[in-house]
Amino acid sequence: MIGIQPIDQYARDISDEKQASVIDGSSKGTEKRYHSLHQDYPDPDSIRKLAASIKDHTLHHLGEYLAKAEESLTARGVNVHYASTDEDARQTILAILRQHEVTQLTKSKSMAAEEIHLNPFLIENGVECLESDLGEFIIQLDGDEPSHIVKPIIHKNRRDIAKTFVREGVAEDYNDDPETITRRARVFLREKYMAAQAGITGANFVCADTGRLALITNEGNSRFGMAPVQVHIALVGIEKVIPQEKDLAVFLNLLGRSATGQQLTVYTEFINGPRSVNQPDGPEHMHVVFMDNGRTDVLASNCREILRCIRCGACQNVCPVYRQASGHAYRSTYGGPVGAVLSPILFGSRFPELADLPKASSLCGACNEVCPVDIPIPDLLLRLRDKAKKEAVPSAGAIPMSPFATLATSPSLWRTAMTMSKAMNHLPIQVAPIKPLQDWLGQRTLPDSKGGDFRKWMKTHQADAARAGKAP
Amino acid sequence: MSRAAIFAKIESATAMVKAKAVYPEYDLSIVHSQPKLQGTDLWEIFTRNFSAVNGRAMTSVAELLDFLKQSNQLHGYCDPLLYDGIGAQLAAAGLVVETEYHRDRYDDYQFGITRASGAIAESGTVIIDDDRTSHRLAALSPWVHVAVLTREEIHRSIPDAVAAFGDSPNIIWCTGPSKTADVEGILIEGVHGPGEQIALVI
Repeated sequence: MIGIQPIDQYARDISDEKQASVIDGSSKGTEKRYHSLHQDYPDPDSIRKLAASIKDHTLHHLGEYLAKAEESLTARGVNVHYASTDEDARQTILAILRQHEVTQLTKSKSMAAEEIHLNPFLIENGVECLESDLGEFIIQLDGDEPSHIVKPIIHKNRRDIAKTFVREGVAEDYNDDPETITRRARVFLREKYMAAQAGITGANFVCADTGRLALITNEGNSRFGMAPVQVHIALVGIEKVIPQEKDLAVFLNLLGRSATGQQLTVYTEFINGPRSVNQPDGPEHMHVVFMDNGRTDVLASNCREILRCIRCGACQNVCPVYRQASGHAYRSTYGGPVGAVLSPILFGSRFPELADLPKASSLCGACNEVCPVDIPIPDLLLRLRDKAKKEAVPSAGAIPMSPFATLATSPSLWRTAMTMSKAMNHLPIQVAPIKPLQDWLGQRTLPDSKGGDFRKWMKTHQADAARAGKAP
Repeated sequence: MSRAAIFAKIESATAMVKAKAVYPEYDLSIVHSQPKLQGTDLWEIFTRNFSAVNGRAMTSVAELLDFLKQSNQLHGYCDPLLYDGIGAQLAAAGLVVETEYHRDRYDDYQFGITRASGAIAESGTVIIDDDRTSHRLAALSPWVHVAVLTREEIHRSIPDAVAAFGDSPNIIWCTGPSKTADVEGILIEGVHGPGEQIALVI
């Protein structure tokens, strides 16, 4: 199949304004990350190598650590559930909410919840479910999708948001001052927190030794979501487990710096049970839902290193393709380099549809260089390209290679073709009425053909070398 | 059952890994930030790093009183256990200080004074936990949160603070005031939590 790949189509159609927002946000993120790591550490590389080895060890012994985490949590009065699929996870959460007669809740930012499209499902089932992270709140008001792991509205500007607030009744008048926008959200969301009966969160890490969930935010929304309510539900991917609390110091020091250039985010919460007996505020019931949803398939694949990912978004910020195309071009919860690897395997049934993602990379390696857990993303992209080839996934943008193979393996044909190729420089191929050729050339600039000059040079060079008595 | 199915799939997936990674032995000093840890007095190190994240470190009730008056935050909550030492002085100066937090009037409290369980010098962090904080909401809903601690409760580094977690089911590290950069990357403080984070050492 010849034609333009879906991701290239997105990159071509993106508005200048949206692209400027994405480029600005992501390049600032890259700079902050660099400064915060290098200011504090003489050799940040050694820390990420350590983090990678802790993650690999955990993943290779995942059954053991997950069972241990479950045991630790259960011992502290936490109800532990398991969900194999997205549907299982949604139903499990709905059943918990029904059990506690919850009709209203707030939810702090969770990629796992994005992955299973939890909000629309709960709303359809009669539960008022409001995103409380400022960016996610705006996404929800707009019926949009987040386009960055850490900065969900990187693609929006203040004018978009101010208009949304008026349209959705959060504010009475248009005001695009970022401080005013933030204050208005503060007032609006407070009422919702106080009226809610439950809070849903994700988790950044789960320590197997004590069951402690580590939750990382800057705004304080997860903290607020859990202060006035009776029920806390955490939806957690099974790969979030780490062996012990000691390891938190390694990961926390990397996550904040890689994500936002902060040594630590403002709020780092550690939770392993319902509120203390003497504490008047906070949930009496805590549930943890460990979700597979394709993760064991990734673990069984030759791309399992991607499960080390701690969702910092540094690879998105640095990626030249992400910057040009935006997160939405990746058409799944996870965009950018991590998404190009994760999405096609995590959502296995969508593989053929997303098989263009691993190809949308120049393999420049910047994603691996900034990764806090040293994921060899370029290698993984190549493995997925190989998978697509082996599974004969029809791919847009590919040209049939067999004529080239015939040409390249026959010296006489090659010679003739090279001589003729100079003629191509004078032919108006850019306007040739061949649709596939136009699509292909639409994204590429061909250099002028030199028509076999190299072969001539090589022959003269060999002759010269022989005369000089040297080996060619 | 999901549980059995997930564990079976993990088992078969990990069985395919030929060379299993061993848990690395490591010394936590690798994650210490030497520039941030410079100095010997923990309160001084804490103050420097806490200021860098826009927190305010204070050493006297008089200093707190000045700040509250100047910023016009005149009505608040104080943990009853801290009333004698702190709340009473503020009340004597004319501020309204309640020792009960009523969540139906959450908007009335402009400041909240609660006990912290410690601090981290390296990162400029105050630590709040469920056992020592009298009300989660009183430390969260007011614009100004005053975390009260003693010098002995300051941990030197992040790994030290992790090692000292203890038994509390809910521990929160607060590294400065609540903030966001969601709108065009512009930093705004005071999103859902306090817009002013104060550490008062007693």
